[in-house]
Amino acid sequence: MENQNLNLLDRALGLDGPSEPWPLSGRVVLIEDCVETSGSFVLHQLVKRSLSPTSSNVIIFVAFANPFSHYDRILRKLGCNLVTQRDNKRFIFFDMLMLRCPDVDEGKSSEGGLVLLYEKILKTICGLPGDKKDYVTIMIDDISLVEVAANGGSDYVLDFLHYCHALTSEFDCSLITLNHEDIYSSMERPTLILQMEYLADILIKAEPLSTGLATDVHGQLTVLNKGTSHRLGRSGNKIHNFHYKVKENTVEYFYPGSRV
Amino acid sequence: MADTICRTLRDGGLEGEHAPALTIKDSKASPFGFDVFNYVLTQLSNYILAGKSQSRGLVVVAYSRSPSFYVDLLKRRGIDIASSHDWIHILDCYTDPLGWKNWLIDKDISQEASSLSSFCQDVRNLDKLYSLIIEQGKGLIGQGKDRFSIAIDSVSEMVRHASISSVAGILSNLRSHDQVSSIFWLLHSDLHEIKFTSVLEYLSSMVASVEPFNQAAFGQRVDLENLSMLEQNFRKGKFHVRFKRRNGRVRVMCEEILVELAGIKFTPVLSEDEIINQRLLPKRYGFVQQVQFNLQLSEEERNERAKVVLPFEHQGNGKPIQIYDGRRSLGENKEEALVSTGKLQPDEDSGKGQIIYFRDSDDEMPDSDEDPDDDLDI
Repeated sequence: MENQNLNLLDRALGLDGPSEPWPLSGRVVLIEDCVETSGSFVLHQLVKRSLSPTSSNVIIFVAFANPFSHYDRILRKLGCNLVTQRDNKRFIFFDMLMLRCPDVDEGKSSEGGLVLLYEKILKTICGLPGDKKDYVTIMIDDISLVEVAANGGSDYVLDFLHYCHALTSEFDCSLITLNHEDIYSSMERPTLILQMEYLADILIKAEPLSTGLATDVHGQLTVLNKGTSHRLGRSGNKIHNFHYKVKENTVEYFYPGSRV
Repeated sequence: MADTICRTLRDGGLEGEHAPALTIKDSKASPFGFDVFNYVLTQLSNYILAGKSQSRGLVVVAYSRSPSFYVDLLKRRGIDIASSHDWIHILDCYTDPLGWKNWLIDKDISQEASSLSSFCQDVRNLDKLYSLIIEQGKGLIGQGKDRFSIAIDSVSEMVRHASISSVAGILSNLRSHDQVSSIFWLLHSDLHEIKFTSVLEYLSSMVASVEPFNQAAFGQRVDLENLSMLEQNFRKGKFHVRFKRRNGRVRVMCEEILVELAGIKFTPVLSEDEIINQRLLPKRYGFVQQVQFNLQLSEEERNERAKVVLPFEHQGNGKPIQIYDGRRSLGENKEEALVSTGKLQPDEDSGKGQIIYFRDSDDEMPDSDEDPDDDLDI
């Protein structure tokens, strides 16, 4: 970690310390975004950091939103070769693009489909060699499409997320999910996203500036890092806020007013 | 005050009385309910271990955390349950609440239970859950008249899998079981209808709410102005507790919460006067002022202020009134017109402008029938 250029997001997530043990082990990260400010770049950044040469992480990437080629193209520009990582068994890609869980018959229920997806993730983790089993990161892109795959059954989605949460406890893996806050904003009680916020140890919100649109600033990130208890003790609750600009090959993060 | 809650749970209920029940509720704006839950759990565990409580055992119904989490939590607080756990049992509704692991084709993946915890693999069946809790509790205290306590780490999770009425039913049954000494649970109020929260509050003898320190900061888009308030909300909160006494009286108390590295801390609320005094102590006392403007008067300013003659009739010192018209300094011009109550003073110098004031109230008797607004032309 020390050799790489760390940015404000890395620091806010505690990735500026030693890479062993992985600071996000056993923790649940929720990225919330909206139409004006997509949070996918945060997910890409986390893929890049997880696959850094100094870490031993394995990513299980459950993709409902985009095909492998999309992520490959973006991560190449960020300096990470997903094809090589896939071949090295460090990047395991579950293509859920047809919005169907793997190997499911037509007659099975939505819940059954999610159970099978959970089983596939569990089997993949258990099938890893011993030294890699403790360094798994599960990424889901994105939860709103999991809900679509479950035919709107948000209860099944919450059950699935609960079981994924149990994996973080059982195997010390990280769980990183993305969801769109504005989908639920018209609901009186947006239970799904609220439950996800309660489950999350770290909440990363990408939203527009309160002052509106700007050319040099694409939005602001607020990172709420709950000081959850883990085996190393307890870290204090911390909140970070900074602005960002998404460029072709990188994302710049900076504090408000610090750019000329 | 948090200790008052713990002592009430420690003391349990009288013979023939329902066990004291505590609802801890929080919301997204101030999500410290789980920290409070852990605090109460630790305190009650200490009382049980020291033999100071009515209950002799504790059943933890774990929905939102694994049993190993609670083992680690209590270990960090100096209670090693891994080695000695004849007084505590964890009912694991977290690892496999819906029996999905039973559906798995390859059963080698499934976990083994330990003597400290046992699985509940069907949280939808609350009758079965009730039986499991009572069975585990009796297993801890043995035969006899001893009692045990129950802690449920999330009734919000419980009600996801069952109806409101069945959740209310199980809690009520647990509370009224004659071997249950006390019971407490955690609820995230913004996940439910008000009806469910109200039902639980009616079932409880104590309701502890965690509320945001700065209510105004919640729900707004982050900007530089509300960021510091959000930061405060992330570390501090308000803790309101409502106690229902046996005689029917309700008592409300309030404290402040501070979430620190070592855990959660409860501090008494400062009164408004104390807060203002803390902020406005003048520099001569050595405290740094926390406001950006000076609200204190210096000695010189106080003297000048005392010298100002107010342009009203009644100076209140018994002397004849001197009206200061703003053009001449005080006491300088003896030709100044003197006005005493009820008399009209004609102006001797007709060249100057004057305000001639007739006091109506002494000349006219007040007429209660007359509406003073009659002359308005609306």
